[in-house]
Amino acid sequence: MKPIVHGAIAGALFGLGLAVSGMTNPDKVLNFLDLAGHWDPSLALVMGGALAVALPGFALTRRRGCTLSGEPMPAPPTTTIDRRLLLGSALFGIGWGIAGYCPGPALANLAHGTVEAVVFVVALLAGSQLARLVART
Amino acid sequence: MPTAFTPVSSFIGGALIGLAATWLLLSLGRIAGISGIVNSAVAGEPGLGWRWSFLVALVVAAGIWFAWSGTPGRHDFPLPWLIAGGLLVGFGTRLGNGCTSGHGICGLARLSKRSLLAVLVFMATAFATVYVVRHGLGGVA
Repeated sequence: MKPIVHGAIAGALFGLGLAVSGMTNPDKVLNFLDLAGHWDPSLALVMGGALAVALPGFALTRRRGCTLSGEPMPAPPTTTIDRRLLLGSALFGIGWGIAGYCPGPALANLAHGTVEAVVFVVALLAGSQLARLVART
Repeated sequence: MPTAFTPVSSFIGGALIGLAATWLLLSLGRIAGISGIVNSAVAGEPGLGWRWSFLVALVVAAGIWFAWSGTPGRHDFPLPWLIAGGLLVGFGTRLGNGCTSGHGICGLARLSKRSLLAVLVFMATAFATVYVVRHGLGGVA
């Protein structure tokens, strides 16, 4: 199959998973992050479900050593731990905690067609371009 | 607004996300990190086809589920907070090279120390931010 088909299959599974899991509801995410309020532990179950499949899935795929079409597996990305990783992750967490959207659920919310989702995604793209200019990433 | 704990549907949804990430690695050797896919798609890097088909399918599949289940979207969140949140998420994920999917799911699934550290850092600042916003400033959400 062509890459465009594989991309569509993975994207559809991903979007369905996000929606089924409830993580497309930003209030559910914020309630997970709010230990002092009406705590909703659902997000931990989402991570658990994802890792229950991806941990063995990734291990088997890596052991296989090549993709379905026989291409060699690309080398794992960088392993460097630097200031950029720490600062970037810290800022991402703050933004996530403010509005309750991380990139995947933010995109999925475009399907609702709400002004809120569009505003957030446009701001996200702007923030990313800003980082590209500032840090030359 | 309080939400109900949904262990079963959240676990099933999570498993689908894990399956999506495994499929992308197995079929194309790619990591299902949404921020990375978006950045490369917008920049027009090689691999445009699978990236855009992934993103479009993600939105369409979520939309079908929303329509079928009658799930409404949120629309009462203050605009300035949305803009601030979006800017920080976009800036931070680019700088830190990943988000909840890239570091959180794919990174942890391949036992990356770098991703584990990223997850601990963004979880810590997210918990702290929600505490300050909801319990320290009088609360917007």
